[in-house]
Amino acid sequence: MSSTGAGYDYSCSQYSPDGRIFQVEYAIKAVESSGTAIGLKCRDGIVLGVEKPQISKMLMNNSNRRIFGINNTTGGLITGYPADGRQLINRAREEAQSYEDTYGHSIIPSILANRLALYTHYFTLHYSLRPFGTALLFVGYDEDMKQSELYMVEPNGMVRRYFGCAAGKGSQAANTELEKIYVKHGGIEGLTCKEAVKYIAQIMYTVRDSSNDKPFELEMAWALNENNHKFQHVPKELIDEADEYGKNNIIPDNNNNNNISEGVEETKMEE
Amino acid sequence: MSKALSDPGFNPYAALSNPKGYIEAGTDKNRDGEHMMGTSIMAVEFDGGVVMGADSRTSAGQYVANRASDKISSVHERIYCCRSGSAADTQAISDMVRYYLALHGVELGKRPLVKSAATMFRQICYNNKDNLMAGIICAGWDEKEGGQVYSIPLGGTLVRQPFAIGGSGSVFIYGLCDATYKKNMTKDECVEFVSKALAHAMSRDGSSGGIIRLCIIDKDGVERRFIDHKDLPFTQTTNLA
Repeated sequence: MSSTGAGYDYSCSQYSPDGRIFQVEYAIKAVESSGTAIGLKCRDGIVLGVEKPQISKMLMNNSNRRIFGINNTTGGLITGYPADGRQLINRAREEAQSYEDTYGHSIIPSILANRLALYTHYFTLHYSLRPFGTALLFVGYDEDMKQSELYMVEPNGMVRRYFGCAAGKGSQAANTELEKIYVKHGGIEGLTCKEAVKYIAQIMYTVRDSSNDKPFELEMAWALNENNHKFQHVPKELIDEADEYGKNNIIPDNNNNNNISEGVEETKMEE
Repeated sequence: MSKALSDPGFNPYAALSNPKGYIEAGTDKNRDGEHMMGTSIMAVEFDGGVVMGADSRTSAGQYVANRASDKISSVHERIYCCRSGSAADTQAISDMVRYYLALHGVELGKRPLVKSAATMFRQICYNNKDNLMAGIICAGWDEKEGGQVYSIPLGGTLVRQPFAIGGSGSVFIYGLCDATYKKNMTKDECVEFVSKALAHAMSRDGSSGGIIRLCIIDKDGVERRFIDHKDLPFTQTTNLA
């Protein structure tokens, strides 16, 4: 199996001899080289957070948003190319609105997930189009099941429901830390959104490569059960607190001292 | 009946005297005229379901094209609609809604809401209001809100009501319905209400008549009944002698 495309990677309409579509894999690589993004489901809501490296000192803080509202109780976080991501958010907004116009009730997150997956996948089928270089983490509230849900849509058109997920540069390490958090708290029920905000900041500081990476800004948003599941940005004071906490509590590298005991099954975070 | 025979436009032997042996399409207003459902339709909500009712006359001018038509059509397992206006228009609209609701139900993985069906009817009626003549009552049962009745009259308004009446015969029974209706009726009281109101409408409206068809929808299923001529709660001769 050759890991370079060499000749079979010119367009989405080409398979390689071992059945891979390289253009889609390259799109996924584009996501993997962007700032870490994390989504975490808790007992009282869901939190999304992303690390935004400071590209230039001239940029105003809190501009260059990566988290957007889709409808009142739904919102998304884009990774990878922000311009691609904004197209996807736009599409999500249109889908949500047209669903409500046609069927008379607000869109169910699992159906929105399906629609976005279909849309993203479409771009992996054509010679003349390139796949989206963005993974979208989104949060929605299902009125019938009475629960919030977290989904991630990938450039290849896959969409999965998670209770904890990470994308971007430090996603591997972040996923490991997320699993540890779940085991420590005994699952979703043991975790609150306020704690999750701190954990996300802590993970961001832990997984980044401090020698290489520029200083970064944290952007976070949540949908709290007690606030009617309204999707909104986390208040600045809480983010600043979390930032302080994260900076001073970087998790040491514990390769020799595995916290997860033998008897406990490794938690899968896919719902 | 005798009026039709003396009507100068009506000649039962016209086809024989015509050299072609038939009458050209479009020239016989009675035979080829647009089929209308001068109608009386009604639906009432009760706790746990709805009762829907309709008469059974489809007319083409003075001619009764169908005296036993079924104006209550299903669009999904627990969602039905009463149709009034142009028969062709309302059949086409309810066919479309049935198609889209089926797809929607599969996508949802469970029974769609009555509100979704009503919204679909409204979108079609409003966006094509210049070309349609359709007055629809959409009613049914769903898990979220129980029994619901939605009225979609000519312009494409959508309004939920505890009970709704429609069609040409409905104008004669507004007073009766307002006086008879009370909140929190049981299923059987609703059946009586619908039968009585429709019988009165059919007795006064020339474009409504035939039998009363009923459709009772609740969470356990759909029951269809009909009330024959002899069993109508009211006709103009009921209280005589």
